[in-house]
Amino acid sequence: MVATLQVENLETHFPSRDGIVRAVDGVSFAIEPGEILGLVGESGSGKSITGFSILGLIDPPGRIANGSIKFKGEELTTASPERLRQLRGARIAMIFQDPMMTLNPVLRIDTQMIETVQAHEKVSEAAARVRCVETLKAVGIAAPEDRLKSYPHQFSGGMRQRIAIATALLHKPDLIIADEPTTALDVTIQGQILYEMRKLCRETGTALIWITHDLSVVAGLADRIMVMYAGKIVETGKIATVIERPQHPYTRGLIGSVPGAMPRGKRLFQIPGMTPALINLPPGCRFKNRCARADATCEAMPELAELQPGHGVRCHHPFGAEPLTLAEVR
Amino acid sequence: MTDATLPVAELAKTESPWKRIAAEFAESKLALFGLAVLVILLVAALVAPWLSPQDPYNLAGLDIMDARQPPGEISAEGLRFLLGSDGQGRDMLSAMLYGLRISLVVGVVSVVASLAIGAMAGMAAAYFGGKVDALIMRIVDIQLSFPAILVALILLAVLGNGMDKVIIALIAVQWAYFARSAHGAALVERNKEYIEAARCLGLGRSRMLLRHLLPNCMPPLIVIATINIARAITLEATLSFLGLGVPVTEPSLGMLISNGFDYLLSGVYWISLFPGVLLTLVIIAINLVGDQLRDVLNPRLKR
Amino acid sequence: MLVFIIRRLMQAALVVAVMSVLVFVGIYMIGDPLAILVSPEATELDREAIARSLGLDRPMWEQYLAFVGSALQGDFGKSFVFGQPAIGLILERMPATLELALIATIMSVLIGVPLGLYAGLRHETVAARAIMAGSVLGFSLPNFWVGLMLIMVFAVQLGWLPASGRGPTVDVFGIQLSFLTLAGWKYLALPALTLGLSKCALIVRLARATAREVMLMDFVKFARAKGLSEKRVIGVHILKNIMVPITTVTGLELGTLIAFAVITETIFSWPGMGKLLIDSIVHLDRPVVVAYLIVVVLLLVLISLIVDILYSVLDPRVRLGDAK
Repeated sequence: MVATLQVENLETHFPSRDGIVRAVDGVSFAIEPGEILGLVGESGSGKSITGFSILGLIDPPGRIANGSIKFKGEELTTASPERLRQLRGARIAMIFQDPMMTLNPVLRIDTQMIETVQAHEKVSEAAARVRCVETLKAVGIAAPEDRLKSYPHQFSGGMRQRIAIATALLHKPDLIIADEPTTALDVTIQGQILYEMRKLCRETGTALIWITHDLSVVAGLADRIMVMYAGKIVETGKIATVIERPQHPYTRGLIGSVPGAMPRGKRLFQIPGMTPALINLPPGCRFKNRCARADATCEAMPELAELQPGHGVRCHHPFGAEPLTLAEVR
Repeated sequence: MTDATLPVAELAKTESPWKRIAAEFAESKLALFGLAVLVILLVAALVAPWLSPQDPYNLAGLDIMDARQPPGEISAEGLRFLLGSDGQGRDMLSAMLYGLRISLVVGVVSVVASLAIGAMAGMAAAYFGGKVDALIMRIVDIQLSFPAILVALILLAVLGNGMDKVIIALIAVQWAYFARSAHGAALVERNKEYIEAARCLGLGRSRMLLRHLLPNCMPPLIVIATINIARAITLEATLSFLGLGVPVTEPSLGMLISNGFDYLLSGVYWISLFPGVLLTLVIIAINLVGDQLRDVLNPRLKR
Repeated sequence: MLVFIIRRLMQAALVVAVMSVLVFVGIYMIGDPLAILVSPEATELDREAIARSLGLDRPMWEQYLAFVGSALQGDFGKSFVFGQPAIGLILERMPATLELALIATIMSVLIGVPLGLYAGLRHETVAARAIMAGSVLGFSLPNFWVGLMLIMVFAVQLGWLPASGRGPTVDVFGIQLSFLTLAGWKYLALPALTLGLSKCALIVRLARATAREVMLMDFVKFARAKGLSEKRVIGVHILKNIMVPITTVTGLELGTLIAFAVITETIFSWPGMGKLLIDSIVHLDRPVVVAYLIVVVLLLVLISLIVDILYSVLDPRVRLGDAK
């Protein structure tokens, strides 16, 4: 079976006055139909840029400098702009972080949804409207016929995100890239949306890449997880394996900083230091300056090595079978 | 006038390092070009009596036989009309240099005066608040809702011709811009700690307004003042063109253009063309400088 | 909505009342109309008779009250020069001025928005810089001088277009209009271009600034992620957002344009109410000047009301009456 998406050695660069910003630096991964992949990292790790690279929506002067992105076997990095447009919104859909900003404030909901249908299929406005109503119902919006005639500002944030999700689902895409879609929402609404997204993917066989900085969000949602740090994947594997036996010190730090992961009463863990600037990076492991285990070997960039089948770590000093304590980094 | 100029110098001393502003200003080559043109024109206007081949105000020195000579022609007295001569046999170049003087004087004087009046009114409104505020700002609002050209037109119709009258009309038109801007800036500054501190020190009201509030309201006012000099010069030229501005005997650039209008249809283009080019050059130079000043002095655009 | 309109109209009435006092007092001080109207050879008795017939012998406040009384009935007095009702003279010439101002506005929007949009979306290209340089020029050029230069080039040197007058008009429901015929356009083109140039420059700058702001918004990226064509992203999603400030500014500037028509009409001998105003100021024809100003104030109020309503139509987030 052909993977829904196969990314090989992706490099996305942003030239700037001070040098090239290597926002995404040699990222490889694949995702199967119906699979949910959690892409975790802090801001500046390149996780969102990875998502936009797949859609071919990198803001100039940024560009994909190297690598290959294959969607169902079709190469996207060399595809024509028109071909990318045909795929966007139809076969590959995206949901954005801030629902208050993703809908055009001066256009009615029906305009914004119907244009999405008609951008990819020659259907009458009436037929397109019927499709919009059905999709809105599927994401749990009551009385969609009436709501379609409203403007975005007449909805709450949660409702707007449902509308954005419905818009993404209009063409039953093969792949959805969700860029922190629940971060701006209340926790209760967050839960509902997570549950519904998971259900929709399972039912339709849609692959989902869920980009987030919040490990606890993907823990209950994803099949597989991929942790990014400073433009590189540092750890990837089955969700249960990574959460229970994190091998990279950074992943371990992330888990330690999630409330509830540690025994009650213990202080939450903080990873010391800051994400490095992505301009003119020194050689070697990019986490070494914040890492308690770093030594001379870390002056060379470690490879993403498979410790077990499907569990890869980019570290010279993986934790192995060591129990999950944070004494050494504290 | 001293009220307005003194705190500018103080501003330089205390708050803003001139060097930083100069460096940021110099980042735009276009603005530097504008500044250079402006300086050259200012100097030319200043030394006009020595620069001009002829005294355009000395009517006895004009020969009607020299009227409407095209550029390059030589007058009866052997003077070369580089840019031609006007309807009364005046050398255009000389008339333009003198006209530039008048335009710049009218522009600068009216703006400085409206800056002083407007800034005082606006800050007083913000400082005292309540009824004073409501009254002053309502007058400002009503005036600003009315096109400036009409206000000036009617005022001049009432006051009559003359340079002083033009300046009065321009002040009446422009003070409201400064009042509104100073009001806004002062409202922001009023609530800052240093004003509170000055108040605690028991400083008098007028001292507080002049020495503490005004310097900190200056940056936006300087920007508006620059742009408004261009507006004032244009407005003066327009009014003169309509015959409601400066007297015919001492023509400003606008008046020269207006004089040329009578001959335009017969193909005598230079009387209107050259003063207009000079006028446009002045205005563009001021606008370029003003645009860059706005970028440099606007704290919202920084960082 | 209704409450909003009523409140605005009441504010307008107040402004008009204040303006009428200011204008009347101001105009009262302009020269002595008798000096112009009566020939120098006339006897003192003749002068008094004429003064009485025009109501010029009474004190100022009496003249004002008489003026307000009749103004409320739509009578602004008779023109000293034409001997006709002043308001009639103004209204007769108003369509010409409004046509000129509206055509100038439409031209400046049709030219300015695409140029500004382009300069904003492709702000690093040479063409974008050229557009911005052009807008600085358009902004700086003195309006009246542009008019003269256009006459010089297109009327005198090339002889393509007439230098003055309005030319043939078409009667539409009793209103004379130029823009319906090609011959009319020949006369309309230069004045409208002159009047619209600086507005066009303003619109270019505004459209560019707004486009640069809007193009970075998430909803534009989302529109692209939905697979919309560039044409639709720019032509609908970005353009519609740009049109909100453009409409507001253009509408509010329409008042300035009507005022500036005074100059354009003088240059091109366009038979509008602006030219009438200048003539009346020169001839000290008080009733016409007063009537003009009152009409213009009413026009300004009406325009700003229409702009507010349009604004709420274009931007659904704005609700009329919510603002204090």
